[in-house]
Amino acid sequence: MSGAATLTEPRFAAGDIVLVRDDYPPGHIRTPVYVRGKRGVVTRCFGAFKNPELLAIGKDGLPKKILYEVLFKQTDLWPDYAGPATDSLLIDIYEHWLTKA
Amino acid sequence: MSGTSHHDHDHDHDHDHGHDHGHDRDQAHPGHAKDEKVHGYYQLLGLALKELLIEKGVITAAEVRAAIEARDAITPSLGGKVVVRAWTDAAYKARLLADAHSAILELGIDMGPTELIVAENTPAVHNVIVCTLCSCYPRNLLGLPPSWYKDRDYRSRVVREPRAVLKEFGTELPDDIDVRVHDSTADLRYLVLPMRPQGTETMSEAQLADIVTRDCMIGVTVPKAP
Repeated sequence: MSGAATLTEPRFAAGDIVLVRDDYPPGHIRTPVYVRGKRGVVTRCFGAFKNPELLAIGKDGLPKKILYEVLFKQTDLWPDYAGPATDSLLIDIYEHWLTKA
Repeated sequence: MSGTSHHDHDHDHDHDHGHDHGHDRDQAHPGHAKDEKVHGYYQLLGLALKELLIEKGVITAAEVRAAIEARDAITPSLGGKVVVRAWTDAAYKARLLADAHSAILELGIDMGPTELIVAENTPAVHNVIVCTLCSCYPRNLLGLPPSWYKDRDYRSRVVREPRAVLKEFGTELPDDIDVRVHDSTADLRYLVLPMRPQGTETMSEAQLADIVTRDCMIGVTVPKAP
């Protein structure tokens, strides 16, 4: 925990529709490319974790980032998805990669 | 991993740099050509780092060896114990789904600072785990991941065509069962709680443990009554 500016209040709650940033910065990014720019729904909030993008370059990972589980419909991820429309993918995404859709 | 990252158990992003075979290499006799491997950049870097740390007295070779031994001693049977307990004790199952970290600690299994999430299979939902970015896996519970789990083929395909991949593992699911893929890319690790198969009502806990395989707990197969 570093400083008063540490943001620990989650911005999103279960049920919120979110859009993953369609952004391609260099570095150690734990948001896979296949979900960037895609729309999903927050299923739960896991709390605050050290930022892996900073840990990867030898920093302390602070301020921590809120981590969410986000559900995507497979048919939203892959337009040619061959399975049923009810199939889904759940993935953990840090808050700074999400915007309200 | 092995010698190079044994001090970093709790954060098992090993990024597939081939560290998992470090101890095989260490054990190879220099004179045996058939044991010789071509070392990639990161393998060489790992070996060099390990040798330097030992030379400088930061760690000892014995500590490296002991860490490898401890790591190799963890097998999927630990995860099987958790699953069988959940199958035979409804209150335990409820605790496991609510707070897996504490529930497995009851059985003496410690995830350290890593969070564990248990994804329950039901008649309506089938879960399967992958880490598309590297090879995140509940190592404290299941040991080292199988090599196919770390292969680009599994990692890239199971998120895109999970049913086709499951079929290749012999698991064909009807369309009315939702397939949920969990991409384990951050700070949490996942374990699938498979459904207890029909026809196992009279089986002992030891017999049940035999049908809970590693692959069931990754979610690429389902347990079958013998």
